[in-house]
Amino acid sequence: MDEDRSAVGSVVGAVSPATASEAKAADTEAAAITRSQRHASALWIAVVPTIFLAVFFGWPLVTMLRRGLAWSAFSSVLGDSGIRSVMWFTAWQAVVSTFATVVLGVWPAYVLARYRFTGRRALSALLAVPFVLPTVVVGLAFLALLPDSWRRSVPAILVAHVWMNVAVIVRTVGSFVSQLDPGLEDAAATLGASRWKTLRHVVLPLTKGAILGSVAIVFLFCFTSFGIVRILGGPAHPTLEVEIWRRTTQSLDLSTAAALSVIQLVLIVGALSIWTWRQRRAASGPVAMRTRTAFRTASSRTESLAVAVTAVVAAAFVLVPVGRLVAQSMQSSRPGNPLAAWQAIVHSDLGASLWASARVAAGAVLVATAMGALASIAIAGNPRAGALLDAGLMLPLGTSAVTIGFGLLITFDHPPIDLRGSWVMLPLGHALVATPFVVRAVLPTLRGIDPDLRHAASTLGARPWQVWRNVDLPVLRRALIVGAGFAAAISLGEFGASSFLARSGTETVPLAIARLLGRPSKLNLAEASALATVLMVVIVAILLILDRQPGGIGQSDVHRRRARPARVARTEVSR
Amino acid sequence: MKRRTPLVLAATVVLAACGSSTSRSTGSATTTAVAVTTPGSTLAGSSAPSVAAGSVTLKLLSYDAYVLPDSVKQFTAATGIGVEFVKAGADAGTLVNSAILTAGKPQGDVLFGIDNTLLSRGVTSKGLFIPYRSKESANLDQTATALVPGHEVTPIDTSDVCVNIDTSYFTAKGLTPPATFDDLVKPEYKGMLVVENPGTSSTGLAFMLATVAKYGPDGFAAYWKQLRGNGVVAVDSWDDAYFNEFSQGGSGGKLPIVVSYATSPPYPLVTGDEPRPTVPTTANLPDTCFRQIEFAGILDGSKHVAEDQQLVDFLAGRPYQESLPLSNFVYPIRADATVPDVFTKYATLSPKPWSVSPGDIAKNRDAWIETWTKTVLR
Repeated sequence: MDEDRSAVGSVVGAVSPATASEAKAADTEAAAITRSQRHASALWIAVVPTIFLAVFFGWPLVTMLRRGLAWSAFSSVLGDSGIRSVMWFTAWQAVVSTFATVVLGVWPAYVLARYRFTGRRALSALLAVPFVLPTVVVGLAFLALLPDSWRRSVPAILVAHVWMNVAVIVRTVGSFVSQLDPGLEDAAATLGASRWKTLRHVVLPLTKGAILGSVAIVFLFCFTSFGIVRILGGPAHPTLEVEIWRRTTQSLDLSTAAALSVIQLVLIVGALSIWTWRQRRAASGPVAMRTRTAFRTASSRTESLAVAVTAVVAAAFVLVPVGRLVAQSMQSSRPGNPLAAWQAIVHSDLGASLWASARVAAGAVLVATAMGALASIAIAGNPRAGALLDAGLMLPLGTSAVTIGFGLLITFDHPPIDLRGSWVMLPLGHALVATPFVVRAVLPTLRGIDPDLRHAASTLGARPWQVWRNVDLPVLRRALIVGAGFAAAISLGEFGASSFLARSGTETVPLAIARLLGRPSKLNLAEASALATVLMVVIVAILLILDRQPGGIGQSDVHRRRARPARVARTEVSR
Repeated sequence: MKRRTPLVLAATVVLAACGSSTSRSTGSATTTAVAVTTPGSTLAGSSAPSVAAGSVTLKLLSYDAYVLPDSVKQFTAATGIGVEFVKAGADAGTLVNSAILTAGKPQGDVLFGIDNTLLSRGVTSKGLFIPYRSKESANLDQTATALVPGHEVTPIDTSDVCVNIDTSYFTAKGLTPPATFDDLVKPEYKGMLVVENPGTSSTGLAFMLATVAKYGPDGFAAYWKQLRGNGVVAVDSWDDAYFNEFSQGGSGGKLPIVVSYATSPPYPLVTGDEPRPTVPTTANLPDTCFRQIEFAGILDGSKHVAEDQQLVDFLAGRPYQESLPLSNFVYPIRADATVPDVFTKYATLSPKPWSVSPGDIAKNRDAWIETWTKTVLR
């Protein structure tokens, strides 16, 4: 494995700086040809994810909306002051949650990507834990921890949103930062810039594109927040998502639901267009991307203190609610037997529902990673059409789960695609939600690859697939792994869409948790907490294993010493 | 009866382990034996080929919390018809609404879980159910069957939504527990009650309907205004109310009065491994109960109507009815079904439950919910 990796590294290294600039000077015409080829092939590559999106999202959405759409509903909806305040609340809580998440997430993302310290990898995996937890369980933990005056209040919603979404920033932005050439920072330091100045004027501007990319995901997640809002906010603070769910599943007022769904879509499309526009302006263009992480060691006491404090605070932030859940799993009200709930789940639900979850997650990861990778290549290859696809893939995140869920039910109910009661619905539904995460993880890295490398490779006679294999893939591997980890986390924790699809056979872990919480017993609560704990352990294990794969965060340590001279050399030439 | 399965399975393993030449035929024979022995040994001989390939397996749609009782195996053993439980909604509302949306091309064959608060919606929805008058009809509670004169669906079980109290809390405080709706607005119970939002929870809806029945469609808002003045806490779902707010929920909730079910108190006594608690720490208040009845119906579009009818008869028959209390925590709908002791002791149904006719519910529910929302939340 080591040989393999250094071979890949040396290909990139060989093609890299010196030859690249030569090629640029020598053959801009060839570069132009390659670029237009890439534009054209990007369109072809875009076909697959576009069809996926159209068939499993667009079609069901339109089918569902057509069931209820009545123009008269719009005027009554927009004229209803109650609904107007729901729209206002939905929008502002999402903006505030996103802002807080980004502000609080960027620094830990940088620290985890750049500094080496004991437990770094574990912390990085741990931060993704909130993602797999069903919101019922998150609500439980937070209600037990928050002060009484925060019960059923907006601040409780905001804290939980930050808690759940910080992982998005840390992992997507972190994945980009970890591959950013640290030579840039070294250069700034050499030129006399302080650490803080370097971060502000070198790292942050370069990372802006990656941050903005994740902003959209966090925003959409908070915008369509359902479980958190219902539990922590209480019935007085519904979001549009809650209202659409209520009109569809409780009062069967499909015309109001359809009108609200359209309004939700319009708001989302509006937000996404601003985002696309901002993102294009913020795109930093190609930067030196590396196949491995290069770590830095803190150079001053303040720096190491800052790193230590960040790590401890981040760990505590995640672990306090998690600890509460683990403790809850031991409180089964069976005197003298704190493990009663654990015994109970081992005897009944655990094996079967873990297996069901694993099956669904494997399907979702495969579909989402494939679609996400193809989409990213297409988006990076053809900026104009790509922006559309990028925004389009985000739409499922911003559309209400019940609309998609019921849409799938009434769309695929006859041949050639009859999925009634089929478990295939679950991985497909999860993949819809997970694909944009893969894109967010892969795209910034892909965009960061210097096109000169590709041109140089083709000038040297490499065929397009060889260019792809030897230039893009080694850099992308890590981003793909991050994306796959996300997809796994999303699928393992997904409850919303799953609960609307008819499912026979075994239930996934989140559905088993929901069932346990359907009966009045402390033992059931403890069992649900135990299952949630298992879910957390599973995702941490998966992420740790993924991180150890070639290209994963852990790999770089081994190569560090060998990597350094190469880095210095490259930094000098390329910037 | 249950103990036999592992033995047979063990035998399969042993047989499979010795001699691969014969393992195929022996293996499959034993498999059949497993399928037939589990439900009831008496039926083993007569219906051996029952689970043969090509036989019908019906899809029974219900909400996620439904538990398919073991007694269904008796149905399969006796008729050769398999039953597969398909989860088709997190709650009864989602279940029924998704069935209405998919009417004509259903996700399964028989739907169980439509209750009297949703009944009109389901029965008046065109092409949802194929009417069938069950052979067991005469043995079922006649007030329940009277709700569906067209036999679109068949009543299967019943239970009450009632106010539950934490008895240990009141004993410890030396406080007389409340008993009636009027008690709940008294200052001594201020800030003790948690209820569910009727707009998002079927439990909350049932409780609101009980107050409509008690105080009338014009008077219930005034009652809720008093409740609000007395510090009622409203949350969005039953599990939220029970586990997060109720003092017997197990996660540090502080409120000793919750809207739950008549059958909630004995649940902890029958779940999980031994040793179990022997006395409940909660009790229901019989004067505050709303009667719920759940029905099953054959979905239009099912390709196995004759088998569906057999299944509905089975659901209304004694073996299934008697298995309901300990699997789904509801009461049988037939009077001749015996009920376990924990139910008669700790989960008695209200002698005078409140009710509102399904027609009135269908007509007014949205308006009543709107009134409730304005009174309690805004």
